[in-house]
Amino acid sequence: MNVRLYIWQRATATLMAPLVLGHIAVIFYATRQGLTAADILARTQGSVLWASYYGIFVAAVSIHAAIGVRNILSEWSPLPDHGAGLFALLFGAALALLGFYAVAAVVLV
Amino acid sequence: MSARHIKHRSSGLWLAAMIHRLSGLALAIFLPFHFLVLGLAIHGGAGLDGFLRWTDQPLVKLAEGGLVFLLSVHLLGGLRVLVIENFPWHDGQKQLATVAAAISVVVAVIFLARVF
Repeated sequence: MNVRLYIWQRATATLMAPLVLGHIAVIFYATRQGLTAADILARTQGSVLWASYYGIFVAAVSIHAAIGVRNILSEWSPLPDHGAGLFALLFGAALALLGFYAVAAVVLV
Repeated sequence: MSARHIKHRSSGLWLAAMIHRLSGLALAIFLPFHFLVLGLAIHGGAGLDGFLRWTDQPLVKLAEGGLVFLLSVHLLGGLRVLVIENFPWHDGQKQLATVAAAISVVVAVIFLARVF
């Protein structure tokens, strides 16, 4: 892993630490009486706060996970370094697209 | 592979690093599916509700408990790495890694106790 990727990996980890703690708290709160779409959407629809929270979360996790996957492929697979980098880039982009779509689905609709 | 090359694998901290890596990989594999499920809400709550009813099965709840464990252990393992790299606090790392795993097991068990 080069220095630039290392810094992105650690910076996104630092950013996500409180977000993950908050997410675990939300998981516990949301599952207190069974999970329903109505409950989820009542919390999230039209909320700038939830959109910002999970929008930042999606951006950070897409970068963080892509770099992690790149490291694993580089060390554990026979893929050459540029192949691992390309796969990780596509994986991160797909994760970001799906993640922002999910945030839009629960906030905007 | 010689014994000399795998000796480090008996170290608790090697195990902690491996758990951190594998939990991250598992979460990375899970995330696209998590996002796809939430995306079902794009056409209103009915599609999402259909999936949520499926998650009422005991095995699925058990798997969710596993995911809560993975998320918690990856978070705490990552915090340990950040502390080692940024602060002069290098003592007791095996104990810290053990505490991280123990806390994560407790969090997952509490989650399971709530959903069952």
